[in-house]
Amino acid sequence: MTQPSRLAARRTRTAWLFLLPSLLVLLVVAAYPLWRTFQLSFYQVSILQFPLQPEWVGLDNYRFLLADPYWWISLKNTAVFTVVSVALETVLGLGIALVVNANFTGRGLMRTAMLVPWAIPTVVSAQMWRWMYNDVYGVVNDLLMRAHLIAAPLAWLADPHLALPGIIAVDVWKTTPFMALLLLAGLQSIPRELYEASTVDGASPWQQFWQITLPLLKPALLVALIFRTLDALRVFDVIYVMTGTNPTTMSMSVYARQQLVDFGALGYGSAVSMGIFLIIALFAAAYLVSLRVELD
Amino acid sequence: MKSLRYLAVAFLAVAFGSATSAQGVTLRISCGAVGQELELCTEGTQAWAQKTGNKVEVVSTPNSTTDRLALYQQQLAAGSSDIDVYQIDVIWPGILSDFFVDLNDYVTPDLVAQFFPRIVAANTVDGRLVALPWFTDAGLLYYRTDLLKKYGYSKPPTTWDELEQMAAKIQSGERQAGNGSFWGFVFQGKAYEGLTCDALEWIFSYGGGTIVDQAGNITINNPMAAKAIDTAARWVGKIAPPGVTSYQEEEARGVWQAGNAAFMRNWPYAYSLGNSADSPIKGKFDVTVLPKGGADGQHAATLGGWQLAVSRFSKHPKEAVDLIVYLTGYAEQKRRAIKGSFLPTRPALYKDADVLAANPFMGKLYDVFVNAVPRPSAQTKQKYNQVSSAFWTAVHNVLVGQTDAATSLRMLEQQLKRIKGKGW
Repeated sequence: MTQPSRLAARRTRTAWLFLLPSLLVLLVVAAYPLWRTFQLSFYQVSILQFPLQPEWVGLDNYRFLLADPYWWISLKNTAVFTVVSVALETVLGLGIALVVNANFTGRGLMRTAMLVPWAIPTVVSAQMWRWMYNDVYGVVNDLLMRAHLIAAPLAWLADPHLALPGIIAVDVWKTTPFMALLLLAGLQSIPRELYEASTVDGASPWQQFWQITLPLLKPALLVALIFRTLDALRVFDVIYVMTGTNPTTMSMSVYARQQLVDFGALGYGSAVSMGIFLIIALFAAAYLVSLRVELD
Repeated sequence: MKSLRYLAVAFLAVAFGSATSAQGVTLRISCGAVGQELELCTEGTQAWAQKTGNKVEVVSTPNSTTDRLALYQQQLAAGSSDIDVYQIDVIWPGILSDFFVDLNDYVTPDLVAQFFPRIVAANTVDGRLVALPWFTDAGLLYYRTDLLKKYGYSKPPTTWDELEQMAAKIQSGERQAGNGSFWGFVFQGKAYEGLTCDALEWIFSYGGGTIVDQAGNITINNPMAAKAIDTAARWVGKIAPPGVTSYQEEEARGVWQAGNAAFMRNWPYAYSLGNSADSPIKGKFDVTVLPKGGADGQHAATLGGWQLAVSRFSKHPKEAVDLIVYLTGYAEQKRRAIKGSFLPTRPALYKDADVLAANPFMGKLYDVFVNAVPRPSAQTKQKYNQVSSAFWTAVHNVLVGQTDAATSLRMLEQQLKRIKGKGW
């Protein structure tokens, strides 16, 4: 009786020993900064003071946050950006993955070429798109005018109705390849025999997709969705480069940066960061639960 | 033998002595890069370097004042000694004063007295002189003399409504004549500090105040201010290009200097560039004071301008102060006024015949420059950046047609009250 339980205890101890280094790293790079941010969020402290003079303000920063219309606008923008961009990237990514999973000549070249947008640093591609969207000399207006789709040049990034859709389009252009790559890996793990057997049974490609491909792709699809959603919720660079701190497109991270860097408000900025952390943690938890359910 | 040793010591002393003085120190200065700024700054600092045997490296910074301030804040808050001399905006002494040396410890009162007292006051925080004024700025109306004549106008507009009518007439005429990309008026409409300057001019000219008054009260939510902003919003897409809501100074100058605008609101730096040899509008334009808001309004020009400050983290504060004294000196400011039409910060230069010959407007508009309207940075202190950001956002929302001015200003008032909290 005692033998197996002692063995179990030893195994547990060994497990902890192996986990210790990564736990330590997590403590230093994640838990400690998070704890400091949490502490700072109860102070009013400006980066512009030398030396710094933190002043305890209790929950004032959180009250200001909940009452600030621009925080809610940035939350809404982030939600719209996340839902629309992830949905489009998933659908397009799945389509591309299905195509490059098929056998055709030049497949290797195709798979490499499709990664180009993903390989360009976001700051560079966002700046490139900003020029392409320019109302006076931008190539987007030029092409649309030549094709007689628009009568007059559009101010893509200045018009509040066009700016966020324009930015989402750039993100979709950039990130669809990543989605396609993740889904392609999932597709390749589906055994070919299933398709052969179903073909023999007379299933149409359409039925094969819904009955075989999609159910078996589900785990890969979920992982890809988690990656993209968490990434999209933190979106910063593409928006900051293209429209700066303009509220019509401002995301949560752009808002946090404006408080921390432009206004030097370390205390309030920390409260904003805690808000973002809570929202993302909520999503991560929800996904983890659903993932466990799905994978079990 | 002994004398030989003395000789050797003397020789070494001379060799080392001259080596250290020839080497000097290396200073880094951050300069703006709008228009000819960078070129003039490099020339000026190199002249000082040659004179003193020191070295100066010029660090160029973002064109947007807003981005530049963010960069400076990060450098300074990190206690970095990378940059010795900072070129700072007239609205920043209150924000950044903790990070600069008190120049009173280095320069004499006689020297300080040679500058405009009002600008010196703007650079003095709690009795500390944190920067020396390098050039001042005021918003001006640029207009095409040839086009005004062609369409039968004898003088530039005196009210904004007049400007709108003239711009519309010239624009439609020029477009019929074949220039499809011609616009009546360009200005700075992007959501950044420049829009705060432009919008303050509109509002002040209509008698709508200065956002926050001298005593620190929030005054922006008033009908005259709303009227001024609604008027400006009407221009967008009609006499100003739709993209004007994403223009900074250089974008506006780009349209103007290509000959594609009848009017432009900009700072004086665009004057000498517009008259440069390869400019299509050379000799075809003039500048004047910005229009009034209606017949009983007043002319208004926002006070701009840049100063030079020495970082408290500089390893060579003495040499750095010497550099800024040189750059803000009579001779260097004269050179910059003639070559780059930068407004001097020394009253004496406005009587200098060479300066006036190169820039006739400097004598003519002297009163505009000394009476320019300051932004409310003195009242709002370290919160100025937040106030300005809330203000330009509210104005931008109206310019792009998301809301009307009355609603936007009502929201802005609430926002400013929350930023103010218990006090500025």
